Amino acid sequence: MGLESALGEGYFTSRVDTLVNWARSNAAWPMPMGLACCAIEMMAFAGPRYDVSRFGSEVFRFSPRQSDVMIVAGWCSYKMSHAIRRIWDQMPDPKWCIAMGACASTGGMHRCYGVVQGVDNFLPVDAYISGCPPRPDAVIHALMKIQEKIRTEHSVTLDT
Amino acid sequence: MDLTSTLKSSIDKLNEQFPGKIADIYQSSGDTFVRVDADTIVDISRYLKEELRFVYLSDVFGTDRYQSDDRFEVVYNLISLRDRDRLFVKVWLNEESPEVDSVTSVWKAANWFEREVYDMFGIRFRNHPDHRRIYMPEDYSYYPLRKEFPLLGIPGSIELPSTTPESE
Ligand code: SF4
Repeated sequence: MGLESALGEGYFTSRVDTLVNWARSNAAWPMPMGLACCAIEMMAFAGPRYDVSRFGSEVFRFSPRQSDVMIVAGWCSYKMSHAIRRIWDQMPDPKWCIAMGACASTGGMHRCYGVVQGVDNFLPVDAYISGCPPRPDAVIHALMKIQEKIRTEHSVTLDT
Repeated sequence: MDLTSTLKSSIDKLNEQFPGKIADIYQSSGDTFVRVDADTIVDISRYLKEELRFVYLSDVFGTDRYQSDDRFEVVYNLISLRDRDRLFVKVWLNEESPEVDSVTSVWKAANWFEREVYDMFGIRFRNHPDHRRIYMPEDYSYYPLRKEFPLLGIPGSIELPSTTPESE
């Protein structure tokens, strides 16, 4: 630790990667994509009782350009999938996606011609949440999994 | 179940006014059904609305009576707010070209209901002001609520979004 002894009291060294990831993981602002009943639980997840601001997901951003994590909450019809993909494409990189509930993950009980059987057919999903609807704690769990994922990513150097 | 006196007189008047056009009258699950000749549906509707005060068209839906002679059925769910009566009016349509006159000229509410029936069963409504699909994509070529349609749809018949954005 040669450098640290030269800097003296009040300084510490870190990697830029770690610093950036630390900042990113604690400021993952969600893009609420509430499509059906799961959206109600997503609101509870943001509300004062479960209070996701504690984890740095401070505000729900209704503009894709200001958000980092898209939470797809509810069943997605084929017609809606085009709008969702469009919003996803407008979100700036880096971005992550949570498929909330049985419907967003697999189509769930909506096993029919109009509903996409899992949003991973057209979105790169990072975390799936089981349940119908999942409890807000489960959504927080998925968010923490994504935070973990962010902390292990290479943010400055390319990971190829 | 007994008919209310107002509903009974309505049905009697209907029988009087359109002799030979009423194919069937029956009750089931506490509701009254009248099956009429498909060609006279607009006249009967107008009479029901204007003379018998069935002013509220609460729903229109289709049925696929698969393997029956007249395969398709359109059911009109009517409510008289004055008499507090509910009456179901039905028509039967053949399988080859299911077509019936639109009742939008009588009840404006029929517009979207008939579009839904068209979307799901492929039953056409003559003189409809806006005869398009309502739920499925407009270029979709199947009718999802017909009995032969598979539960999960026809694979690839509705397009999913492209997963490579145009800019990349
Ligand atoms: S998983 Fe359950 S609660 Fe969530 S959208 Fe589907 S049906 Fe609704």
